[in-house]
Amino acid sequence: MTATRLFGTLAHRAAILCFIAFALFPLYWLLKVSVTPNDLLYSEGVRMWPSRTTLDHFRFVLANSEFPRFFANSLIVSGSTALVSTVLAALMGYALSRFQFRGKLWLAALLLITQMFPLVMLVAPIFKILSPLGLTNSLTGLVIVYTAFNVPFASFLMQGFFDGIPSDLEQAAMIDGADRFTAFRHIILPLALPGVAATLGFVFTAAWSEMIFALMLISGSEKATFPVGLLTFVSKFSVDYGQMMAAGVLALIPACLFFLLIQRYLVQGMTAGAVKG
Amino acid sequence: MTATPIPATYRRPLRQRLAVTLEPWLYCAPVLILITAVMLVPLVLGISYAFRDIQLLNPFSGGFVGLEHFKALGQDDAFLRALRNTLWWTGASVFFQLAFGLILALLLNVPFTGRGLAQALVFLPWAVPTFLAGLNWAWLFNPVIGPIPHWLTALGLMDEPSNILADPSIAMWGPILAATWWGIPFFAITLLAALQSIPKDLYEAASIDGASPIQRFFSITLPYLAPVIAITVLLRTVWVANFADLIIVMTNGGPADRTQTVASYIFTQAFKRLDFGYASAVALVLLALLLAYSMVILVFRQKLSNRDK
Repeated sequence: MTATRLFGTLAHRAAILCFIAFALFPLYWLLKVSVTPNDLLYSEGVRMWPSRTTLDHFRFVLANSEFPRFFANSLIVSGSTALVSTVLAALMGYALSRFQFRGKLWLAALLLITQMFPLVMLVAPIFKILSPLGLTNSLTGLVIVYTAFNVPFASFLMQGFFDGIPSDLEQAAMIDGADRFTAFRHIILPLALPGVAATLGFVFTAAWSEMIFALMLISGSEKATFPVGLLTFVSKFSVDYGQMMAAGVLALIPACLFFLLIQRYLVQGMTAGAVKG
Repeated sequence: MTATPIPATYRRPLRQRLAVTLEPWLYCAPVLILITAVMLVPLVLGISYAFRDIQLLNPFSGGFVGLEHFKALGQDDAFLRALRNTLWWTGASVFFQLAFGLILALLLNVPFTGRGLAQALVFLPWAVPTFLAGLNWAWLFNPVIGPIPHWLTALGLMDEPSNILADPSIAMWGPILAATWWGIPFFAITLLAALQSIPKDLYEAASIDGASPIQRFFSITLPYLAPVIAITVLLRTVWVANFADLIIVMTNGGPADRTQTVASYIFTQAFKRLDFGYASAVALVLLALLLAYSMVILVFRQKLSNRDK
């Protein structure tokens, strides 16, 4: 009995290790090539770690390429999208959480439907609408589009957090003479700060990753976000793998930072939701 | 209290009632306006494009062409191939994501030291931007800088190190593997949350009654997970079928259109050929197929749960 249990434990740990290796290997390889000097790139192609490492690729990408601008553009777009989406989603989520009104069910259904249909359908019409407004090849245009795409999910997320805050709190404030909006801003919103942070993070990551609409709406490197810049770089200078992977490592930083912040709450939060719903 | 002036009590309820009715809509208005302008209007417009000749570079285009695009679609071998590819791409990606996601969730549901760290590490791919995931895997398949072709050669599966993504007969495995890598965490997170909501005393009772771990899995775990799996697979299938990023980044539909899916075909038509009319017709077909799929699944699920009762 103890032998089978020991075997089971070993098999379990081995399986976990396999999953970890599979999950991390591509990222490890990205990092490895980005620090491999060019003269060793081909001669030590399949070695797990190069015999010499260098930060030249990073230095070049940061000093002599347009990547710092792409990075800044992406930061502006993702940051603005996250801010605007979270503000709008907080209002919407609050309404869904606290009010009973006619049409609420339809509203929720509408939000759900926007998450179901193929967004690639909207590529052509959105281009046609934004073009005469001067919002193609503009970061503002991207922020508007990304906010619309992300705000439905963000609203549901915020609703979930508001649902967890007892409504007696703002009832008490309103009896004391505050109007509802004041109560919302001064009492409910501060209590929902963890939810606000999670929503900011989710929307930021989604906007940081978006590629299809960025490719369609942005032309030229002046306004290019990170994915557009990286893909243009790949098709133009497809020989310099070290520099491309160094750029790739840079693109990974904001996403990983955010992930490390929220990953502890991931399963926990979803369990709470599952128990309730 | 009876001294309260009558006009005031008459007027205020009406104004208040109006305010109460309007209040929730004021909170919803910004989101509603934005979604209408950026999603619903373009959706309707896109449906109308499917029946019009809209080419960005042709100023004389714009007229109604009726069902011309759809007739052309029936003859378009690239589109028919993309339909078949979409089935294969979506089916295989979702299957592998579900299978490995379920295994991972079961493994993580067992308490062990370092579980928090292990969980953080295996969920990491989920945070990787999709364009980077695509590029990263394309590089791994590249015999010049990636190890995979060399490993396959060493195992005797490949005669000489060559790029999987350049071989028409197996190219689709590249994006499928990347999609699996990227999508496992999503299934694992969802299923792990569902596993943790199963009451623990059920397992205790079953083991007291002498049920083996395998029996417990099939008679407790699986029935509890089934509804979550069904709804996750439904949502995920629709999502993966629409998901063109990995294919555009890794193969751009090639070689010889072998990895072109309907979603990537729409993007190619709109982005490369700037033929918005035709792209919208393809998109409308995709929308119709996905709607039909969702309906079939929902009806099927309804039937199943009715039979249980």
